[in-house]
Amino acid sequence: MEKQLKILKYSDLSKLIEKFRSQGFPVLAPVRKGKVVEIEQVQSLDEIALDVLLSTQSAKKAAFPKVEKVLEYTLEKSGTKQFPVDPADYKETILFGVRPCDASGFKSLDAIFGEEPKDQFYLEKKEKSTIISFSCPVSDEYCFCTSVGGGPGNTAGSDLQFTGISKDEILVEILTEKGEKLAATFADLLTDAAKDIDKSKFLADVKVVFDVDGVVEKTTASFNNSALWLEQSLRCIGCGACAFVCPTCACFDFQDEQNTKKGVRLRLWDSCGFSLFTLHTSGHNPREVQSQRWRQRIMHKFAYMPEQLHVVGCEGCGRCSRACPVDMNIKEHLTAIGEMVKV
Amino acid sequence: MEQQNIYQPYLMEIEKITEEAPMVKTFRLKFKNEEEGNNFSFHTGQFGEYSVFGEGEVTFCVASPHTRKGYIECTFREAGRVTSELASLNEGDTIGFRGPYGNIFPIDDWKGKSLLFIAGGIALPPMRSVIWSCLDKRDQFKDITILYGAKSVADLVYKDELAEWKDRPDVKLVTTVDPGGETPDWKGEVGFVPTILDRMTPISENTIAIVCGPPVMIKFTFPILEKYGFADDQVYTTLENRMKCGLGKCGRCNVGKVFVCKDGPVFTRTQLKELPDEY
Repeated sequence: MEKQLKILKYSDLSKLIEKFRSQGFPVLAPVRKGKVVEIEQVQSLDEIALDVLLSTQSAKKAAFPKVEKVLEYTLEKSGTKQFPVDPADYKETILFGVRPCDASGFKSLDAIFGEEPKDQFYLEKKEKSTIISFSCPVSDEYCFCTSVGGGPGNTAGSDLQFTGISKDEILVEILTEKGEKLAATFADLLTDAAKDIDKSKFLADVKVVFDVDGVVEKTTASFNNSALWLEQSLRCIGCGACAFVCPTCACFDFQDEQNTKKGVRLRLWDSCGFSLFTLHTSGHNPREVQSQRWRQRIMHKFAYMPEQLHVVGCEGCGRCSRACPVDMNIKEHLTAIGEMVKV
Repeated sequence: MEQQNIYQPYLMEIEKITEEAPMVKTFRLKFKNEEEGNNFSFHTGQFGEYSVFGEGEVTFCVASPHTRKGYIECTFREAGRVTSELASLNEGDTIGFRGPYGNIFPIDDWKGKSLLFIAGGIALPPMRSVIWSCLDKRDQFKDITILYGAKSVADLVYKDELAEWKDRPDVKLVTTVDPGGETPDWKGEVGFVPTILDRMTPISENTIAIVCGPPVMIKFTFPILEKYGFADDQVYTTLENRMKCGLGKCGRCNVGKVFVCKDGPVFTRTQLKELPDEY
């Protein structure tokens, strides 16, 4: 659909959240929790941390939660019964105040979970989420969205995007039919915007540091370059923090939990950085050392996904580097791959 | 209707348990919901995720042939958490099964050819499915030869079926045990599978070789096949890697860009050679 431009007053944001709440929509937004900023359900505007550069966790949990139930059953050995766990059992939700890299991060998850056979646990939640992203007025040294095809005002994946254009006013871009439907519920707070507003004036300046096509090409050819992977991962302690904060990481595990009578099967986030991830019962491990696990992380995002799902599995949010306890910096590592003369 | 929960298993009743070897059992499983059983079909080579409710899932190839309907079988060694729990179950108990997943052994393409099955240890179960699928259509194939080796005589699985194959005039069966694994009355060969294969001087012409076994057996078997002129397209194997979903999503069974669960588990040696060293 053709994009529509509107103006919303900052002073009306509080009313906006109230409107969402009064219509019964759960609102997920960045919330300060001590030193971290989580994406959590909020009741009012004053809970929302709109001034932070980026939440610690990505927004992916709205459709791909850290833990979710996929089965429920009784435990009598001879008469085990299963109770239906309906993926469709999820309320229409508004994801508010996330960043453009969060919104566009869903395209990787869409590709993985949307491939046949479709994962309705993810798809139902995604379908029922309306995403209102806030463009980025500032960035930091970890950001590299513009190097992977995104940007501080990238609208891909957002249903609505808000951009602060003055102390008082927010430019509202209505980008999808879902966004249009939601915007109709607060039309009274919106006025028409001038057609010639130059949004780019209000966005952070994020420099392009590498050519993504070159990085994809060189990564694809580098499986056997063990020196590269070893050098990049010498510091890696395999903690998996990078995967847990990543907006595109989709690897998961199943674990059963039970009491004496009933049990549930849970789907939980997992990480290719863990040594147990691929360990066979026999003791054999196809990715035995950390450098092979680092190679998997980079190659999955920059070689396998581009080739098979036609999407680069990275949004350049830099969360993995901010979260890394040993200060590995993916922007630097990708730049180094891009600069390799000989592959 | 589109399946809503792709992770929900069928409920299966353990109809029959056979003790195959120390720590190795075969379960015959029957669908608790008859309609699900009637609608179920698979093809030899495919695998599934077997659930012990409260413990989790474990991946095995279906060990029964697709030519026999109404039940599936799995054969497993008690090795980890879920298989240990599985082993503690009794006939009549309920487990879960998701599947069938993965690609197949293209036995319809093998019509008119001779088949050479080479299996080691606990890798006979996935191959047993192919063997019976072919034996159930015996007239479609020329010579059928089975070479099976295990550590010791006790470790040989499907002892009744080995005896049956031994007696069949249309099957040539060679069994072997590792040196030191023989018993005083052992009438089979003694020696590792590749050595025995070499001694058998297999004929490659118009023959398909199917190899399943521990990595070390496969490693030494391929060169022998090469020595007797087997081209890479004539050699099939089935890979395994740790899996959770079985559907190409959970992210752990990949060998380079290839998902064992989705693109495999069956590969020709030609395909195997294109894979990076990650299995």
